[in-house]
Amino acid sequence: MWLTILVAAGGSWAIKYAGYAVPARILDRPLVRHAAVLLPVALLAAIVTVQTFGHNQSLVLDGRVVGLGAAVVALRFRAPFIVVVVVAAVVTASLRALGWVS
Amino acid sequence: MASNQWLAVRARIARNALSIGGAVAVYGVSFGALGATSGLSVGQTCALSVIMFTGASQFAFVGVVGAGGSAIAAIAAAWLLGLRNAMYALRMSTLLDVGGVRKLLAAQLTIDESTALALAQDEEIESGRATRLGFWSGGLSVYVLWNAATLLGAVGAGALGDPRVYGLDAAIPAGLFALLWPRLRDREAWAVAGAAMCVAALLTPMTRPGIPVIATGLVAVVAALRALRRGAA
Repeated sequence: MWLTILVAAGGSWAIKYAGYAVPARILDRPLVRHAAVLLPVALLAAIVTVQTFGHNQSLVLDGRVVGLGAAVVALRFRAPFIVVVVVAAVVTASLRALGWVS
Repeated sequence: MASNQWLAVRARIARNALSIGGAVAVYGVSFGALGATSGLSVGQTCALSVIMFTGASQFAFVGVVGAGGSAIAAIAAAWLLGLRNAMYALRMSTLLDVGGVRKLLAAQLTIDESTALALAQDEEIESGRATRLGFWSGGLSVYVLWNAATLLGAVGAGALGDPRVYGLDAAIPAGLFALLWPRLRDREAWAVAGAAMCVAALLTPMTRPGIPVIATGLVAVVAALRALRRGAA
C-alpha cells in the first residue's frame, strides 16, 4: 500500500511541477487546454455518482442521496463551501437518527 | 500605490486565505476519517495529504482503495484528477516567476484554492505582488489546515466510531459536487457531467471499483475533440 501511495502522490506532484518545467508550447494547445477544462468536470461528476450511489459493485439508494440533494439546494442559494458540506452531513445524519433513511 | 493602501490589500488577502483554509479544514476532517475507515493507517492517510495535496485526487484514491479497486486504478484516478493542476501551474508560472527550490514548493501548493485566490487579485497592483501573495498565502493556509485536519479526522475516526452516524459519507460527495458546481458554466460542461454520471452508473455493476471513474476521462477527451472539430475550442 505504501508503494501505491508514494507512486500516486509523487506522480500528482510531478504533474503539478510539469506545468512549471515543461515549455508552454507543449501544454498550451487548444485540445490540451480544452480537455484539461473538461476532465475535472467528467471525473468529478463520476466520483460524485460513485460516492453517492455506489456500494462496492452495486448501486444503492440511501441517506447519502438526500445529503447530496440538500447540498445542491445550498449551492443554489450560493452557500459557501463549508456550509454545503455541513448541511449535507447534518441532513443525512438527522434523517438516519430518525430512522427515515438507511 | 501608497503603502497604507498596500497594507489594506495585504490584510484582505490574508483574511481570504484564512477563511478558505478554514472551509477546507472541515472537509479535511472528512478526508481523514474516510482514509482511516478505508483500510489505510493514520500515517498513510496523512502521507496522502502531505505529498499528494490535491483534495479531489485524494478522495478518488481513497474511494477506489476503500471499495477494493486495484492499485493501478487508484493511481490512475488520482493522476487524471490532478491533470488540471498542470494547467494551473502553466498559468501561475508566468505570474510567479520562481526558480530553484521555490519552484518545487510552488508546484506543491498549486491547487484549486491557491490558483483561485491568486487569479482573483488585480495583476496591476504593485506589478503582480497581490497575485503572488494570493497564491502563497492561500496555498500555505490550505496546506497547514488541510494537513492538521486530516490528522484530526484520521485519529478521531477510531474514537468517533461509524462515520455514517455523522453523515460524513454524505459530506464527501457533497464537497466534491461543490467543486464541480462552479465548473458547470455552459451547456457543454453540463452535457459532459451528465454523460459522465450515466457512464459511471452503468459501469459500476460491471467493472471493478475505480474503472467507472477513469473511463469517464474518455467522455471529456471525446467532447474536447468534438469541440476542436467544430472550431469552438
